[in-house]
Amino acid sequence: MGRKLLLDKAHIENIRYYDVYRANGGYESAEKALKMTPELVLDEVKKSGLRGRGGAGFPTGMKWSFIAKPEGVPRYLVCNADESEPGTFKDRYLMEFLPHLLIEGLLISSYTLGANSCYIYIRGEYAWIPDILEEAIADAKKNGWLGKNIQGTGFDLEIYVQRGAGAYICGEETALIESLEGKRGNPRIKPPFPAIKGLWDCPTVVNNVETLAAIVPILRIGGEEYAKYGTGKSTGTKLISACGNINKPGVYEIEMNISVEEFIYSEEYCGGIANGKRLKACIPGGSSVPIVPANLLLKTAKGETRMMTYESLSDGGFATGTMMGSGGFIVLDEDQCIVKNTLTFARFYHHESCGQCSPCREGTGWMERVLKNIEKGKGKMSDIDLLWDIQRKIEGNTICPLGDAAAWPVAAAIRHFRDEFEWHVLNPEESQVRNFGLAHYADPLEIAAPAAV
Amino acid sequence: MAEEKKLFKVKIDGIPVEVEPGTTILNAARQIGGDIVPPAMCYYSKLQGSGGKCRTCLVKVSKGSEADPRPMPKLVASCRTTVMDGMEVANITSPEVLDARKGVVEFLLLNHPLDCPVCDQAGECSLQDLGYEHGADGTRYEFKRRTFEKIDIGDKIQLHMTRCILCYRCVYTADQLTEKREHGILGRGEVSEISTYIHKSLDNEFIGNVIDVCPVGALTDKTFRFKNRVWFLKPVDAHRDCDKCCGKTVLWLRGDEVFRVTARKDKYGEVEAFICDTCRFDKKETKDWIVEGPRKIDRHSVISQGQYVGVVKPHDALPDVLEGRQPKLLMNIHSISQVNRPEIDLSKIEGPAHSDDFKN
Repeated sequence: MGRKLLLDKAHIENIRYYDVYRANGGYESAEKALKMTPELVLDEVKKSGLRGRGGAGFPTGMKWSFIAKPEGVPRYLVCNADESEPGTFKDRYLMEFLPHLLIEGLLISSYTLGANSCYIYIRGEYAWIPDILEEAIADAKKNGWLGKNIQGTGFDLEIYVQRGAGAYICGEETALIESLEGKRGNPRIKPPFPAIKGLWDCPTVVNNVETLAAIVPILRIGGEEYAKYGTGKSTGTKLISACGNINKPGVYEIEMNISVEEFIYSEEYCGGIANGKRLKACIPGGSSVPIVPANLLLKTAKGETRMMTYESLSDGGFATGTMMGSGGFIVLDEDQCIVKNTLTFARFYHHESCGQCSPCREGTGWMERVLKNIEKGKGKMSDIDLLWDIQRKIEGNTICPLGDAAAWPVAAAIRHFRDEFEWHVLNPEESQVRNFGLAHYADPLEIAAPAAV
Repeated sequence: MAEEKKLFKVKIDGIPVEVEPGTTILNAARQIGGDIVPPAMCYYSKLQGSGGKCRTCLVKVSKGSEADPRPMPKLVASCRTTVMDGMEVANITSPEVLDARKGVVEFLLLNHPLDCPVCDQAGECSLQDLGYEHGADGTRYEFKRRTFEKIDIGDKIQLHMTRCILCYRCVYTADQLTEKREHGILGRGEVSEISTYIHKSLDNEFIGNVIDVCPVGALTDKTFRFKNRVWFLKPVDAHRDCDKCCGKTVLWLRGDEVFRVTARKDKYGEVEAFICDTCRFDKKETKDWIVEGPRKIDRHSVISQGQYVGVVKPHDALPDVLEGRQPKLLMNIHSISQVNRPEIDLSKIEGPAHSDDFKN
């Protein structure tokens, strides 16, 4: 059994209510933190090596130390609960079953940052969760963990829950801030970064739900102890929401020291591929990270076993690697069509593009239409190169990372599965009735021999 | 003594320039001028918060600053990135930038109807210039382009969303000149459209300026629609006493007829000062105006064809060759012409000349 830090008490009945949570050691980390100075808490977070769980993997301690602290200007903490990446549903699990864990994390984080107002921006589709959160907030307030003069320390904190209207783009931190201010959710142009000018032009930190929840175990066991979990720079545990063609889809907490193969095939986690099929490909971090074929998923290009860590998953760059992303682990078996899968993602990004900057606004729609042609058997060979060129011209040229997120899946699909695209073009009729199948995508890789000296 | 401001040394395409801290890369490039100025479709120096959207002004920062010489990882929008001391920027010297810009132009033209032959903006359209300078020969887009119905914004302005490139300039104009609602865009992504807000701000005296700031033919002057091509008109600077605006405008004349009135635009297509709707739409006679003289239009613009303002005449070599001699006529047409007779003084003929006047 892997060690757990976040979901260790998730199995306890009624843990979502304050009394049960408190009786099981809840709010002890907050008690501990409120007795320390904010600088000491920040030190613990830095020592823990915690990296942002929202997708980019930026060190949280460093992000917090960037926040500007001008006199007389309020600071804000915003919790990004706009979890809309296809394939990711870990934050929903946390908020639904352990709302007090998040609130405790928010309390410690706000105390560290010196923020007296904290916002949870939750996606509109999670219609029932704001009620759970608000009930938990009311309970916490009743017991003196929120409001004025928390536990007699003189620290004030209010947490507000704000529902979004269901736009993917509002998960981008500056678009989220715009939306929170009541405006259209268009990403802002950076710089200035939110740490300098964020919500209502005040210094703001935006963190993912899981990141903020992870602050609680860090305070409980100490930053150094937390850093002993996991491997290398990927410290601690990570929630992975596994879905697709696996026997046991769901949210798993893993310590970042197991291999991808173990995660997919062990009974403790995914339990292998459903219906005895073979693994074809996997998108290990939510829809926007590059898709990799089975052979590159289980072993890196150098022949090493690929581990469930930030470093190992991105080993080899985009040429042969992928990303940890937000932990939306999508598994595709041999019956899945990569072209159709890519089209689905392209349609999603086309639909969710905010339309502010031209490469993303026009390019995502173009990619979707070209992919639709290929999928429907009306494609041309030149379309594949055209797709490659479009994604190349979107990537890196947009205001926010949505352009990159739209370009990467297409780029990776063409990079690794070009044969399947070509087969679709060359066999337009056959491609409508059957799939390309596994082909050679699970064949062991030829490991390049080290260059002769 | 006021303390002397420290100027930042910046190099753009190898050309050094010293600018004040807080200047954007685009404005630093404009101080140098010439070919190295990145094109800008959405940035408008007079409008706060504009820019960063069209991505045509992308440049490569090859050296961040003197203190931190690392290059920036991505191309940056020069209109919204401020300079740092010692920054080195590559615009037209970077193949990466030119390639990205070509891509952006293709994206901008993707859903554009290319109806230039019937578009009033033709001849003074930023997108035309951009496509001509940076675009590819043809399009690779094979799908149906998006279209919208034309919308009348009041009786003077027409909005044709099909041509719009969503630069948000008119949204900022309406926002900053009318102080009403915030939103100007409906929908999102490819099908987002300029709306609501502009309808609502019709009662404003300055709403006509959205026509001037529009880089394409999406917002056009209904009093001028289909009346004339801009290059057949003669632009002159003029002014009048106006109690609402500065009154300094450009009249677009054909003969004595004023076809339209616009604000004065500089070489980057930005107005020098916004003008009011009375000047723009209601004062359509030369007697309303005090004409200052011909408007200087860039020599490369199609508008300046036939205007011959500021054009240097080529050196005529004939007098040098003849060395004072008169050119010898091969045939003296006066001797055989019935009408071209120099001995008849035309001013002494009463009324219009008739062929009978030359028969004697």
